[in-house]
Amino acid sequence: MIAIVDYGMGNLRSVYNAFRKVSPNLKVCVTSDLKLIQSAERIVFPGQGAMPDCVRELANRNLTETIIDAAKNKPFLGICIGLQMLNDFSEEGSVPGLGIIPGRVRKFKTKNHFNKVPHMGWNKVYRKNNHFMWNGINNNERFYFVHSYFVEPKDQSLSAAETIYEHPFCCAISKDNIFAVQFHPEKSSLAGLQLLKNFTRWSI
Amino acid sequence: MLAKRIIPCLDVTDGRVVKGVNFVDLIDAGDPVEIAKKYNDQGADELTFLDITASSDNRGFIIDIIERVAEQVFIPLTVGGGVRGINDIRTLLNAGADKISINTAAIHNPSLVSQVSQKFGSQCIVVAIDAKKVNNHWEVFTHGGRNPTGINAVKWAKEMVNRGAGELLITSMDRDGTKSGFDNELNLSISSEVDVPIIASGGVGNLDDLVNGIVQGKADAVLAASIFHFGEFTIEEAKKYMRENFIEVR
Repeated sequence: MIAIVDYGMGNLRSVYNAFRKVSPNLKVCVTSDLKLIQSAERIVFPGQGAMPDCVRELANRNLTETIIDAAKNKPFLGICIGLQMLNDFSEEGSVPGLGIIPGRVRKFKTKNHFNKVPHMGWNKVYRKNNHFMWNGINNNERFYFVHSYFVEPKDQSLSAAETIYEHPFCCAISKDNIFAVQFHPEKSSLAGLQLLKNFTRWSI
Repeated sequence: MLAKRIIPCLDVTDGRVVKGVNFVDLIDAGDPVEIAKKYNDQGADELTFLDITASSDNRGFIIDIIERVAEQVFIPLTVGGGVRGINDIRTLLNAGADKISINTAAIHNPSLVSQVSQKFGSQCIVVAIDAKKVNNHWEVFTHGGRNPTGINAVKWAKEMVNRGAGELLITSMDRDGTKSGFDNELNLSISSEVDVPIIASGGVGNLDDLVNGIVQGKADAVLAASIFHFGEFTIEEAKKYMRENFIEVR
């Protein structure tokens, strides 16, 4: 069973629909139930909106420790703010993250309104490794992004992919059982669906 | 590089996609799910659904459409038209919309934009601005260009961004339905004043108009309805033409 963690931040229906599409026979649930999350084989950790709100809402539902535990030993997919929250610290509201991946979350700076913030739309994802999650996906494939902050892992070798906006930034992290992406695979058409399909088959 | 986006707009009433000029002489153009899939297969970067249902009794149709499209089409979906308050927005997001476009409701209650962006995030709030040239500036209009508001469109755009709009959909009411191209002076004057992406809309008659929206209007995305609905051009043809004009597309 895949548990998509629902902590009140954002609409999880598209993530749910996308998993239904790629694996119609797999059990998928959108849940904030501690026991379901603990018993799930795979965890999807999404997030939308502002990171300080996400951190707070996760804590309000007593899920922080459960997520930190889940990130230790089973296939774990972070999406968007779900990637950012794994870090130590975010410039957004100057809040600490979950501290699972050493690194910081920083804001894009815009010059003369030329490059817009949020970074919104389809951009190229340049792979940095040959992770199982990239199976069947072309290098330089475009995925759909919408975010104003990006992650900067302390250990660059954890970067699984980069995208260029103003400057190159890390758009995917892989570490042991964790794979986390800044873009939205559930909104990235065929390439995104392939990545989610890979997640359902990824064994660690 | 970030690709410039092409967004087909589907006008929806009573559960069907309709074609028409300026909302009159509407012709049934088919099932929204089928049409959404067709545009998705052609490579559309996003889809926008504009609910033009006149009777509030029939508003439930749009929810059903979004639910059905969201089960099959995995690109961003925007819904606009008749969105009044935070409850409408929550319902549409829960149905599977990614972004909600609001227009008149923002003018009646600008703080709605602040509330929505705080509650659901800026990424899901698109403020639609219908503007018409009056003397030497652009004025915001409502109700399809019939009702003037006295508000300066460029100032309004800045205020909406300050309140948390994640994107602006700019429609020139002078050009809408004329097929004479976007008002790129309007697009440029807004794009050069705000940090969020802008979508140019209103007046597309050919593929050069799309190119000019990006090059002259400095828009981040271009929205069109009739050139795609009437089968004059496919999304693929539009992208090929933009690529030939050195515009980065997906």
